[in-house]
Amino acid sequence: MAKPVKERIIELFLKGSAILTVGTTVGIILVLLSESIPFFREVSIVEFLTDTEWTPLFTTKRFGILPLISGTLLVTFISVIVAVPLGIIIAIFLSEYASPKFRKTVKPMLEILAAVPTVVYGFFALMTVTPLLQMIIPGLSGFNSLSAGIVMGIMIIPLVTSLSEDAMYAVPKSLREASFAMGASRLQTAFKVVVPAAFSGIVVSVILAVARAIGETMIVAIAAGQQPRLTFDPTVPIETITAYIVQVSSGDIPHGSLEYKTIYAAGITLFVLTFSLNSLSFFIRRKFQEKYQ
Amino acid sequence: MKNKKILIRSEQVNVYYGDNHVLKNVHLDIPEHTVTALIGPSGCGKSTYLRLLNRMNDYILDFKMDGVITIDNKNIYDKSVEVEELRKEVGMVFQKPNPFPKSIYDNVIYGLAIRGVKKKSYLDEVVERSLQQAALWDEVKDSLKKNALSLSGGQQQRLCIARTLAVEPKIILMDEPTSALDPISSAKIEELIFELKQNYTIIIVTHNMQQASRVSDFTAFFYLGDLVEYNKTDTLFMNPEHDRTRRYITGRFG
Repeated sequence: MAKPVKERIIELFLKGSAILTVGTTVGIILVLLSESIPFFREVSIVEFLTDTEWTPLFTTKRFGILPLISGTLLVTFISVIVAVPLGIIIAIFLSEYASPKFRKTVKPMLEILAAVPTVVYGFFALMTVTPLLQMIIPGLSGFNSLSAGIVMGIMIIPLVTSLSEDAMYAVPKSLREASFAMGASRLQTAFKVVVPAAFSGIVVSVILAVARAIGETMIVAIAAGQQPRLTFDPTVPIETITAYIVQVSSGDIPHGSLEYKTIYAAGITLFVLTFSLNSLSFFIRRKFQEKYQ
Repeated sequence: MKNKKILIRSEQVNVYYGDNHVLKNVHLDIPEHTVTALIGPSGCGKSTYLRLLNRMNDYILDFKMDGVITIDNKNIYDKSVEVEELRKEVGMVFQKPNPFPKSIYDNVIYGLAIRGVKKKSYLDEVVERSLQQAALWDEVKDSLKKNALSLSGGQQQRLCIARTLAVEPKIILMDEPTSALDPISSAKIEELIFELKQNYTIIIVTHNMQQASRVSDFTAFFYLGDLVEYNKTDTLFMNPEHDRTRRYITGRFG
């Protein structure tokens, strides 16, 4: 029997919405690829990946992406050092210690942290955290990766907490009971039973947080500086891939020039980084689900 | 049965969950090295009583209890009692097998690991002894590093028993230990209970009357929070004192 027209229209509409989102993703990848191919005709991939200077906007142009990658990884690394231990400790507290009422109140409050506009975090890093850090570290420049990384860490704490808390909360109650009945304390139960059982979920939360940190733009554009530099010194100005893209697209670089095309090359590098991290988390999550079905 | 030493004494035990009076004035003495079955319809308080003995009810938010329970003449609800120590003496096996998602070996040594025991040769010895006692050794001795979740339900339950035995408790509480298992696995667990009572005092909650009469020396019948009748299993099943007990064990209600 034929479906009623109304049903078919609704179905078509739903299908259309799904195709639209997939289409957008494919479109972005295609644009990135097609725009970066002309760039790679002029600059070899080997130079792009191995040169240690990134100066496309200077008279002597060098096109080594490494300084931007190192800047990105440095800020990400600092933010992960801040966010992962704190985020997991908060998750353990909420899942294993807090009363249901406390958990219900605090979890949404924590998630508000994720709703703060990142430009606010950027200013917070530049105007509050950096001056504070300068009191402890005298040589700290006004723009630096340390302060940007710390604030970014604070920003991604809710991401780590929320996802890893979900994973811990999903560990069957019967396992906790078994552990308590063996004479284990809450702390022992948390670290010897709950965290290992929720490990894949926790890893996924960390990977997604890292991907979020790598793609984060405003904080680093405001607080970390705009000086591509191959260094792992957290006290000096650096530039991340995202901050570079902002710099070029908001500046007065003529469209279509080689300088302008660099942002597509930088963009595709960024895309490859975050895409591989997301795929990794997808892979781990799938393995995790198989284990518990 | 000769007169055995009384290991667990309960006097005037009342338990409340909020306004709900779930155990009423229960008096129950359990002798050493015997198997005691707790029977009664769902919600009668038998599991609550069982969980009093290793203080697992402490985690229930509005749990309140008065009366005295002693093990070896020591009040287990005294302020000076450390729950972790009590639970080393009083092990528990649950309704659904709940091994940790770790290796078989790590499951057995869990109770020792959390108490800081690290000596490999000693742990190896305990693993073998406990698995032997739980009648699981021959089936798993070549795969101790395998994940415990790969075992069958019956094997998992025997692993949980081995895990409990590894810390050498005096008392083993069993909360419907065979209700999630097939008949053959259940029979193995029952045989095991029979073996274990040489060295342990076992208290078992069961809904299965045949099981109660097969494995236990004493049986306590609970109904709506009251301990209705407590006697030698043979006496209770052949010649119950109370009409309600007779009706329950013959399957007329419950």
